[in-house]
Amino acid sequence: MSDGILMLVWIVIKILAIVLPLILAVAYLTYAERKVIGYIQGRIGPNRVGFCGLLQPIADVVKLLLKEVIMPQQANKTLFVIAPMISLVTALAAWAVIPFEQGMVLSNINAGLLYVFAISSLGVYGILIAGWASNSKYAMLGALRSAAQTISYEIAMGFALVGVLLAAGTMNMQAIVLAQQGSLLNWFFIPLLPLFMVFWIAGIAETNRAPFDLAEGESEIVAGFHVEYSGAGFALFFLAEYASMILISFLLALFFLGGWLSPFAGIPLLNDFFAWVPGIFWLFLKVGFFLFVYLWIRATFPRYRYDQLMRLGWKVLIPVTIVWIPVVGLMVVAELPPWF
Amino acid sequence: MKKTKQYITHYIKSFLLWELFVGLSVTLRYLFKKKITVQYPEEETPISPRFRGLLALRRYPNGEERCIACKLCEAVCPALAITIEAQPREDGQRRTTLYEIDMFKCINCGFCEESCPVDSIVVTPIQHYHMENRGENIMTKEKLLAIGDMYEERLAADREQDASYR
Repeated sequence: MSDGILMLVWIVIKILAIVLPLILAVAYLTYAERKVIGYIQGRIGPNRVGFCGLLQPIADVVKLLLKEVIMPQQANKTLFVIAPMISLVTALAAWAVIPFEQGMVLSNINAGLLYVFAISSLGVYGILIAGWASNSKYAMLGALRSAAQTISYEIAMGFALVGVLLAAGTMNMQAIVLAQQGSLLNWFFIPLLPLFMVFWIAGIAETNRAPFDLAEGESEIVAGFHVEYSGAGFALFFLAEYASMILISFLLALFFLGGWLSPFAGIPLLNDFFAWVPGIFWLFLKVGFFLFVYLWIRATFPRYRYDQLMRLGWKVLIPVTIVWIPVVGLMVVAELPPWF
Repeated sequence: MKKTKQYITHYIKSFLLWELFVGLSVTLRYLFKKKITVQYPEEETPISPRFRGLLALRRYPNGEERCIACKLCEAVCPALAITIEAQPREDGQRRTTLYEIDMFKCINCGFCEESCPVDSIVVTPIQHYHMENRGENIMTKEKLLAIGDMYEERLAADREQDASYR
């Protein structure tokens, strides 16, 4: 009996150890976003609140939470309140199976890959319900766009994951990383390069980030699905969006860039030199890179038109994955060194 | 044949995301470029010697006020912001007894300076000023002269620099 309670407490502590740094990371990702985009546009970004503007995200959070929560009169009250929660819960739930290092994982389930894929697809329900419950035409259009987009890109993403599955021969996230052991050349991004790019692009589309942010599309539908949200509800959507950005970056690092494995493994001198660096550092480095590219892309590319978005999803990404999966299959069957 | 070749290069290029990487390289270069932000209260943008800000009346180096009450500025002012009254002084010289500019009416066109035969009324580089009470918008002769005294060096230097274009 006391064992059970102890176990429960231990799990809660582990969950907090993941969620709290994650929320902090989200806060500072928004700061990084404003800084990076500012720098790219020849500005300097926030620099007034605290040293170099480092307290800016905290000020933003306080502002958002203190704001009045406004609910449209004709909105479906229950769903209106539940929608941001669904978004956030799905964005957080996927973190249960993300391994940060060998053995450093909340729940080491064997179907980790499937679980992540399923949970990340559920995120669209939050957006759909928010759009519908707001009873606003802009929100409705944003939600419809988002639903169509997510469904289209999920297929490409799923196929890309099939490639990873074939290459690793397992759905366990830790085992997928361990299958890439050896050296930098053993990482899956080389044999699965097209799938890597497809997963990357689909991941950006899946999180509704620029240039695939049609669900928001501020120039034509104001703010899309979250026009009617203010204060805490808006903050939850914000949190969910950035948490799933970080999640996709983690997945990219785990599936294709060898997760926590050192990039210097297998190189005689450098490997010994960097042996003291914990694996989690390498993982965060890779994730940081992907997050930076997220912001970089946002600052570079204009938004897709809706038909272009659908064309890219259905007529480019899906065929690419369908072609490459048999190629991966052949490579696996042929036991092509050094990967398989 | 040429068309096929073009078609194939286009296909390969788009699959290698060539144009996207070109775009990314442009923004990456901008990431490291010098930032052009001017942090306003601490820094200000440089001001041209021709900047037309608050008005002032100047004096000669010996302390004698320049204005001879010719009323050219009053006549040229398109906003009718200038009011002048004149009378002979004890020593017989013609001087203004009243010289007022309503800063609410003034449109900072600088015609008054252009029309002035003795370089008395001038525009200054002062761009930040405010009024807190009613009536403060009327710049009296004393105020205008005081501003002129305070900025004389700068005003003289600006006019010196611009002299060849006048």
